[in-house]
Amino acid sequence: MSQSDIHRAILGVWRVEQPRLIASLARMLRDVPLAEELTQDALVTALECWPESGVPERPGAWLMATAKTRALDHLRRAPMLARRHGMITAALEVEQNAMPDFDSTLDDDIGDEMLRLIFTACHPVLSPDARAALALRMLCGLTTQEIARAFLLSESTVAQRIVRAKRLLSESGLSYETPQADERNRRLPTVLNVIYLIFNEGYTASRGDDWLRPQLCDEARRLGRVLLALKPDEPEVHGLVALMELNASRNRARVDPQGHPILLMDQDRGLWDTRQIRRGLEALRQARMLGGGAGFFTLQAAIAACHARAQTPEDTDWHSIVGLYNQLSVLTHSPVIELNRAVAVSMVSGPERALEIVAALEDSGALKNYHLLPSVRGELLHRLGRISEARAAFTAAAALATNTRERALLKQRAAALENQGLLRG
Amino acid sequence: MRYLFIVKANQGPEPSPALMQAMHKLAQREIQAGRMLDDGGLAPLAMGCQVSVERGELKVLDGPFIEAKEMIGGYAVFDLPGPAEALASAREFMQLHKDFMPGWEGTCEVRAIAGSMTQGR
Repeated sequence: MSQSDIHRAILGVWRVEQPRLIASLARMLRDVPLAEELTQDALVTALECWPESGVPERPGAWLMATAKTRALDHLRRAPMLARRHGMITAALEVEQNAMPDFDSTLDDDIGDEMLRLIFTACHPVLSPDARAALALRMLCGLTTQEIARAFLLSESTVAQRIVRAKRLLSESGLSYETPQADERNRRLPTVLNVIYLIFNEGYTASRGDDWLRPQLCDEARRLGRVLLALKPDEPEVHGLVALMELNASRNRARVDPQGHPILLMDQDRGLWDTRQIRRGLEALRQARMLGGGAGFFTLQAAIAACHARAQTPEDTDWHSIVGLYNQLSVLTHSPVIELNRAVAVSMVSGPERALEIVAALEDSGALKNYHLLPSVRGELLHRLGRISEARAAFTAAAALATNTRERALLKQRAAALENQGLLRG
Repeated sequence: MRYLFIVKANQGPEPSPALMQAMHKLAQREIQAGRMLDDGGLAPLAMGCQVSVERGELKVLDGPFIEAKEMIGGYAVFDLPGPAEALASAREFMQLHKDFMPGWEGTCEVRAIAGSMTQGR
């Protein structure tokens, strides 16, 4: 086994064990950021020891014992804390003298603790970027390096972001909160938004050379299932899971072999993953059954479902889609939703009606740096045969796009219109 | 990436209650962690049958299959980042058998489900 194989093997064990480690330690220390730090220490120790000693027979118990030793050391070094945690220290010491107990580690019901971890990592006091980084680190067991690679940031930027986020939590007295049911309900949308942000960063990477980073989609979908297991009665959790499944079902059709994006209407629908579509439609049904038909994620999932159900682009039920976008627009007042509504309206009522919506958006100035605004405008103008205006819009869109692949696609569309313009004379 | 875990054991005693309980706890944990999509233990062989094609003929054989040495006892479908996580999960699952049912012998076959791969990582 090469050095990097061993590292992968250790990280594999780590990711399987990590949720339980951090949950158990957080409960002992009454401090989530500290628990996160000490479980990371245990990982570092494993990375140091296991290449020499081999992976121990019970790696989970080994990691737990190591992390608990760190916790004890920490409590001893901080006498104030130790007094406050006197009972915990005593209990830990007794446990420490015994053999690592694999049975009791299985006995931990980590459900409540996982909820606490999720709500801590996604606390509204943190910036959205920090929430995503903490969630990937604490809930998915990704290393700083992996998070940095996924978001195309430097390792030190991510490390700093995490350190700052944890410090902010500690200083705000939020290191071990137990949000009550009504507060949990109030903050659930924030949690769902973090998962959706992670998913979207994988689904349409905002920067860099690859349009898709599927491993982030996978992590987000796993997080969605975590939440589903913990809160099975929340319609919007089902809605988010439905939306992610339905969108991800198209992943294989969304890029060509060279990695260029293929737009929805041009995709080979035979490449859509029918199992994922089935799971998505089922989750959507659940969301509606629980009374969530008008929720933010459920409405978006319903739109994705209209596309998923259409065998060919011509089969698309644009009337339903416009209706759903109308609902979404009222719910969110989001200019991005409004832009999407414009596209749907163009399919039902023609490009002129849609251009009116786009013009209103341009006047509001809300999306002045968003490349898809001129891109949609270009598309509508193209359909109206206003070629030179369309070309200018696509050129403007390309200048605003930050993803290399998307920028290339937009430039290509502008160039294609140039040729068309020449042909028409 | 999705993985199918198939557990095969020699025909012998049913899993002990202690092992069943431990497996149930592990399954609960894995569902809570968003990793396990589905799992199940299989009913006794006597309730199964085999349909095979031999020399161009369909052949139906009802259980129990006394001559078979190994039988499939259960399965699970996982969604995991990659082969290292799959191996770690399978090891943990088999360790459970070793700890909770001394003398048990069997195999957990770990197979990636084709078409579920994601590049990267």
